[in-house]
Amino acid sequence: MVMAAMATDRPTYDVAVVGAGPAGLAAAVGAAEAGLDVVLIDAGRLPGGQYWRHDEHSAPPRHHHGRLFARLRARLRHQRHLGRLHYLPGHQVWLIDRPRPDSGPFTLRLNGPYDTAPVERDRVRAGALVLCCGAYDRQLPLPGWELPGVMAAGGVQALLKGHRAVAGRRAVVAGTGPFLLPVATGLARAGVRVLAVCEANPAHGWLRHLDGAVRAPAKSAEAVRYAALMARHRIPYRTRATVTEILGEDRVRGVRLDGGEVLEADLVALGWGFTPALELPLMVGAATRRDLDGSLVAVVDARQRTTVPDVLAAGETTGVGGAAPAVAEGRLAALSLAAAHGLPVDPRAVRRLRAAIRHGRAFAAALHRTYPVPDGWTDRLTERTVVCRCEEVTYGELCRARTDLGAQDPRTMKLLARPGMGWCQGRICGFAVAAITASLTGRPATAEDLRPLSARPFAAPVTLGELAEPADDLDDPDDLDDPDGSDGEL
Amino acid sequence: MSHAGSERTELSAYRLTFDGRTVTARPGQSVGAALVAAGIVAWRTTRRESRPRGLFCGIGVCFDCLITVDGRPGQRACLVPARDGMRLSAEVGGGGGDDGGVDGREDGTAGRVDDGRDGGAADGVEDDRGGDGSDGD
Repeated sequence: MVMAAMATDRPTYDVAVVGAGPAGLAAAVGAAEAGLDVVLIDAGRLPGGQYWRHDEHSAPPRHHHGRLFARLRARLRHQRHLGRLHYLPGHQVWLIDRPRPDSGPFTLRLNGPYDTAPVERDRVRAGALVLCCGAYDRQLPLPGWELPGVMAAGGVQALLKGHRAVAGRRAVVAGTGPFLLPVATGLARAGVRVLAVCEANPAHGWLRHLDGAVRAPAKSAEAVRYAALMARHRIPYRTRATVTEILGEDRVRGVRLDGGEVLEADLVALGWGFTPALELPLMVGAATRRDLDGSLVAVVDARQRTTVPDVLAAGETTGVGGAAPAVAEGRLAALSLAAAHGLPVDPRAVRRLRAAIRHGRAFAAALHRTYPVPDGWTDRLTERTVVCRCEEVTYGELCRARTDLGAQDPRTMKLLARPGMGWCQGRICGFAVAAITASLTGRPATAEDLRPLSARPFAAPVTLGELAEPADDLDDPDDLDDPDGSDGEL
Repeated sequence: MSHAGSERTELSAYRLTFDGRTVTARPGQSVGAALVAAGIVAWRTTRRESRPRGLFCGIGVCFDCLITVDGRPGQRACLVPARDGMRLSAEVGGGGGDDGGVDGREDGTAGRVDDGRDGGAADGVEDDRGGDGSDGD
């Protein structure tokens, strides 16, 4: 496998799975075990994604379905050993191209996450895609959030779990959602003094949102465990508490809470739930919708198929729901592809997976209803609050683009005031710019508001050299006759 | 965690420099993790307001942590694994789209090629393939 040449020897895989988190691992392993030729592409150096992040020197996480991860990882190893699964860690997809619309193989252009990263393959071709691109922290701007020492909650967790580093000594963890708890307890265990978890919502109410048919004993046990850890580390859990301002000149010195109280801190972790990485689904033209939590997600059917032929999606890409439904969706995507290739699929397995997905999604819906982005969050923005971190576009500038220049939608806002035009391409501020634009225009945000700041010409930075190479290789006659790659029936 | 650990593994640690100052890192750590563990939280100043920036998202999404590594500008500190002998240096005024990031398309202003990321060529490709064109589903 490693011997494969960069550009000349290009087999067409039955399926390319993008992302090696819970959904992608399950999809790739499942498809390989069903008998398909699989390539698994992941930007990370180790499998597990953000959810099962670990480093080379520590055991994989014991909690969060740690045994499930260990089993998937063992099966990944086995399928690689059998030569059915080609795993490309440390590769990011920057472009997906399909020379013939709606049929024929896809070409995925790959590069490394940094300039000198070793890259085994600069492109792969596949007859079908399973997009399991995961999610990242959703952010809401507030005064001072651009100060060094303020980080996304997931970034703080990544530092702890992936790099065994902490970014401060006195921390405040703020935003909404159950993810704030493992971040806080992880920091405490690393010796950081956690002054408070500021949960904007009333919280503890999520049980009320579960109807009688939905029970989640594993999740309840997890909640109890975190409550115990919070108590052991004496971390105050403040509900209906919001950080309204982050204080400091050249780095964070503290936070001001909505009651006016100031906490002195050198690390602030912020998270308002998660939002899926949608550049690849949008790049291939897949339909999207606004999910219950307000984030843009890919539309899939009961077989995990997007609206684009031969493109499936699983996990957070189809809606933020955590590892359990992600694994079930990944497995279902694999079975769906197997069936499309005429391979035998056990209908009982399909039914079980669909039940697991329904259950997981119902639980996720309850969490979304319990931990919403609070109405009126834009009230704390001031004229000088930075909204787009890359282009340093302030709330005042967005207001003027609305009032003086007449911008009524995020696309126009982007053209006139430049939010989302910098390096991150709106990944961080997209949700906020959509909400702010809608709010300034006196209407609720829609999927149409979210899309302009979610689509990107490239899914990762590229170099001039990479752009100069031909995007596809259809002129090679061998490529047209692949019996496996052009099956459009799923 | 980082403090106790870095003392214990001092002998096996990598030694890097950041603008001449020695910073240690453990194998597997990103350069961003090594910097914050050493108490350095900012290594880039923004183009417009000259404001300090460091790690924010920590997972390669936000591009706030851009740093120059062994002379190569515009690398994400959260993603570059530390290596022994690496030379890190702060970036001044980088990180903006017009510096050659993947923007400057919709308003017709091509980016420059000065840091190896080309906005100009990107224009042509984007026109063909449609970054924002794909959202009209």
